[in-house]
Amino acid sequence: MESVNKISPVLELKDLRKSFGENHVLNGFNLKLYKGENLVVMGKSGSGKSVMIKCLVGLIEADSGSIRIKEHDITKLGQNELDILRTEIGFLFQGSALYDSMTVRENLEFPLRRHKKKLELKGNTETLVMEALTNVGLAQSIDLMPAELSGGMQRRVALARALILKPKIILYDEPTTGLDPITSKEIIQLMRTIQDTYNTSSLIITHDVDCARVISNRMILLVDGVNYAEGTYQELIASEDPKVQAFFKN
Amino acid sequence: MGKTKTILDNSKVFFAEVGDISYFTGRFFREVFKPPFEFKELLRQCFYMGNRSLLLVVVTGFILGLVFTLQSRPTLTDFGAESWMPSMVGVSIVREIGPVIIALICAGRIGSGIGAELGSMRVTEQIDAMEVSGTNPFKYLVVTRIMATTLMLPLLIVIGDTVALLGSALIENLKGEVSYLLYFNQVFDAITYADIIPATIKSFFFGFAIGLIGCYKGYYCSKGTVGVGEASNAAVVYTSMLLFVIDFIAVFITDIFF
Repeated sequence: MESVNKISPVLELKDLRKSFGENHVLNGFNLKLYKGENLVVMGKSGSGKSVMIKCLVGLIEADSGSIRIKEHDITKLGQNELDILRTEIGFLFQGSALYDSMTVRENLEFPLRRHKKKLELKGNTETLVMEALTNVGLAQSIDLMPAELSGGMQRRVALARALILKPKIILYDEPTTGLDPITSKEIIQLMRTIQDTYNTSSLIITHDVDCARVISNRMILLVDGVNYAEGTYQELIASEDPKVQAFFKN
Repeated sequence: MGKTKTILDNSKVFFAEVGDISYFTGRFFREVFKPPFEFKELLRQCFYMGNRSLLLVVVTGFILGLVFTLQSRPTLTDFGAESWMPSMVGVSIVREIGPVIIALICAGRIGSGIGAELGSMRVTEQIDAMEVSGTNPFKYLVVTRIMATTLMLPLLIVIGDTVALLGSALIENLKGEVSYLLYFNQVFDAITYADIIPATIKSFFFGFAIGLIGCYKGYYCSKGTVGVGEASNAAVVYTSMLLFVIDFIAVFITDIFF
C-alpha cells in the first residue's frame, strides 16, 4: 500500500450533526481522510455510520457542520458543481445498488455517458468498461443482467462501476455485509488491490472486525453519533476501555 | 376535540402532499428544457408504455364499443331513434367515454408500473447510486417517463376510440343491418372539431397526470418493500381521482369555449 500523506486531508468532516425528529443520529462527528489512507469507521447498527457517509456525498443534508472534499465545502456547492465533484468519489453501496433493468455493461456505461468527455478519460467506452471489469475479475459477465449474478459478483460489478470514472476517493458502505466469509475475504483482497492499482484514499464503513483488521491504516469508533475512540487496529484492540473492548469481543 | 384534531391533521397531510406534488411538477418543468436531453431513454419509455398497453387498450376499447351499443340500443329503439345510434355512440366515445376509460385503464397499467419500478429503485438505493455518480436521476427517470406518458396517452386514446367505434359498428351491422360505410358516415357527420380538439387536449393532460403521480409516488417511496406496494397502489388511486378532476375542469372549460 502507498504511504499515507498526512499533510492535508482529501476529505474532512467537522462537527457534523444530523437529527431525524427527536432522534439525534450524529452529534458533532469529526473525521479526516488523508491521501492514500484506508480509514475505517466502525460502529454498531444504528450508530449513524450510513447517515454520515450519505451526508458526505450530499444524499442527506446535514443539520450543521462542514463537509470538505478536496478544498470544496459540499454544503455550499450548487447541483452542477456537486455533480462534478461526485465524479471524484466512488461509492460502493451496501446492497450493491446495480441498475436491475440494465446489463452489467450498461451499468458501467451509465456514469460514462455524462462525464467521459469532461474527465478526458483515455480510451473508448468499451475499453474503459472492459478495464474496470477485468480489474474485478468479471470480464466474462459483461452481458449478464444483475439478477443472473451471485451476491459477491454483484458487489464486484458495483465496485467496477464505482471505479469507472477513476475516482481518487472511494467510500465503502458495509462492503462485506451479507456475504459469506470466503467471498468477504475476496472482496477485502480486491479492495486492497484496487487501492494499489488506482492509488485511492478509502473511507470504509463497517462492523466487520476482520475487514477492519486487514484493510485499515486507522480506525474511528463511532458511538452515539460522536468519535468515541480513534487509532490503529492494534491500538484499539489493546485499549482497556470497556466499550471498545465490548465492541471487539462482540 | 379529538375529531377536530384528526381533521386538522389530515388536512395538514393533504396540503403538504399537494405542496410536494406542486414542487415536483415545478422541478419537472425546470428540468425538461435543460440539456442534456435523454432522447434514447424517452424513445425506450414511449415504446414500452405504448407497446405494453396496446393490447389492453384494444381489448377494452372493443368491449366498450360493443357493450355501449348493446345497452343503448333497446332504449333508442323504444323511442324510434335507432338511426341516431352511430352519432350518439361516436360523440360519446370521442368526447368523453373513450378518453376517460382508456386513461383509467392506463393509470392502472402504466401508473402503477412506474410507481413500483421507481419505488423499488429507491428502496434498493439505485436512485442514490445514479445521484452519486454525478448523473441526474430526475432527468433520466422522471422527465422521460412523464414525457412518454404525455405523448403516448393521446395515441392510445385515438387507437382505443377507433376500436370502440369498430366494436359498435359490428353490433349495428349484426343487429341493425347497418353497413359499416353508412355507420362511419353517420359517425363522422356527427363529430365536429369541437368534439375532437378538447378531447385531444384533455388526453395530453391525462397522460401528464398518470406519469406525474406515478413518478412522484415512486421517486419518494420509503419503508422498503411495503413502501413499494403502497407507492404502486397510491399511484393508481391518486391518478384516478386526478383524472376525474381534470375531466371536470376540461368539460367546464369546453362548455365555455365551444
